[in-house]
Amino acid sequence: MAKPRIATTSLAGCFGCHMSLLDIDERILQLAELVEFDRSPIDDVKRIAGRCNIGLIEGGCCNEENVAVLRHFREHCDVLVSVGDCATMGGVPAMRNLVPLSECLREAYLDGPTVHNPGKRLPDDPELPLLLNRVYCCHEVVAVDYHLPGCPPSADTLWAAVVALLQGTPVTLPYGLLKFD
Amino acid sequence: MTDKILFTIDGVELAAEPGQTIIEAADAAGIYIPRLCHQPGLNPFGSCRVCTVRCNGRPCSACTQPPAPGMVVENDVPDLQALRAELVEMLFVEGNHFCMFCEKSGRCELQALAYRFGILAPRLDYCWPQREVDMSHPDLLIDHNRCILCARCVRTSQQVDGKNVFQFIGRGTKKRLAVNSRASLAGTDAAAADAAVAACPVGALLKKRVGYAVPMGRRRFDKVPIGSPGDIAPGQEQ
Repeated sequence: MAKPRIATTSLAGCFGCHMSLLDIDERILQLAELVEFDRSPIDDVKRIAGRCNIGLIEGGCCNEENVAVLRHFREHCDVLVSVGDCATMGGVPAMRNLVPLSECLREAYLDGPTVHNPGKRLPDDPELPLLLNRVYCCHEVVAVDYHLPGCPPSADTLWAAVVALLQGTPVTLPYGLLKFD
Repeated sequence: MTDKILFTIDGVELAAEPGQTIIEAADAAGIYIPRLCHQPGLNPFGSCRVCTVRCNGRPCSACTQPPAPGMVVENDVPDLQALRAELVEMLFVEGNHFCMFCEKSGRCELQALAYRFGILAPRLDYCWPQREVDMSHPDLLIDHNRCILCARCVRTSQQVDGKNVFQFIGRGTKKRLAVNSRASLAGTDAAAADAAVAACPVGALLKKRVGYAVPMGRRRFDKVPIGSPGDIAPGQEQ
């Protein structure tokens, strides 16, 4: 029987949740035996070729590329998991939801005390993904099957969830593994 | 002892003192009813509705309702727990609660209730309201983003501290905590030692320069759920 396939990605996140996944220590050898990694920053594969059993999403959506990647994952993954506070509620990037986007850009590229931008030009290269009006958590964009909050979720939390998903049992976290920080 | 009021909570028989509310009688008997705006020693307020129980089939807030002889109270039942969890979710989406960098994280009662109820992510849309932060006071700060309008600071300031620092202004979605001064908290007689500061269940009213004093893993709600036998509120130690 083919190994179950896992895909992971970091959208508007800081890669902290991926660091937490690496933090499962020697269990990562067990994980490598149990699953095949599809698209992931770990192997740098860019597109999911076939179908994946599990998709782990770190980060919410702050730009149009995040939305496209998230939809790509939803299309190709049987079970989609929001990993970390950014994916489940927007996290630190969502602090900009309290400020209009134009003000954020003006502060970052024109008015900020350390800004050096003699051309007074906002980034507008067509290669750059367009920013969304605000930061969206994953379940505001696509249907999400499981949520693992935490900043980041601890290695034990991620391990407990991934093992339960691979075994086809419901993800139930013991008290100490459910954290919002 | 004929003046005690006999009633049941989830089939357990209780004898309440006259004048006690259901939540007070339950606390005395070691039965936990989830709550946010209730604080022992303060006048009942009944605003958060997290302590909603069913009394003889009707929903009531346990912090305001006195028991009646023979009353049948339901507390730890699935539909009420689901209702309470939804109330907590509403509080999360109504404000701006960034637990990941909040100094109160790990000792916040709102967060602790979410942990106790197993809330992974709110099912409701986030409101992202525009709220202010008052840093004017030398020793205290008010972060309205985190305020859940429980009135514990309002009541504690009046009833325990003998001051009258806080009040609510506005109604409905515009309701917010205000201070009794023309400008800001600095213009009031609020002090860091006030019981009102310790009464805040969330990170809305905080002492400055405390920060993350207790490391992760050793905070009040890191190991035991709120309301469990191992959970002891500050000031309640025996």
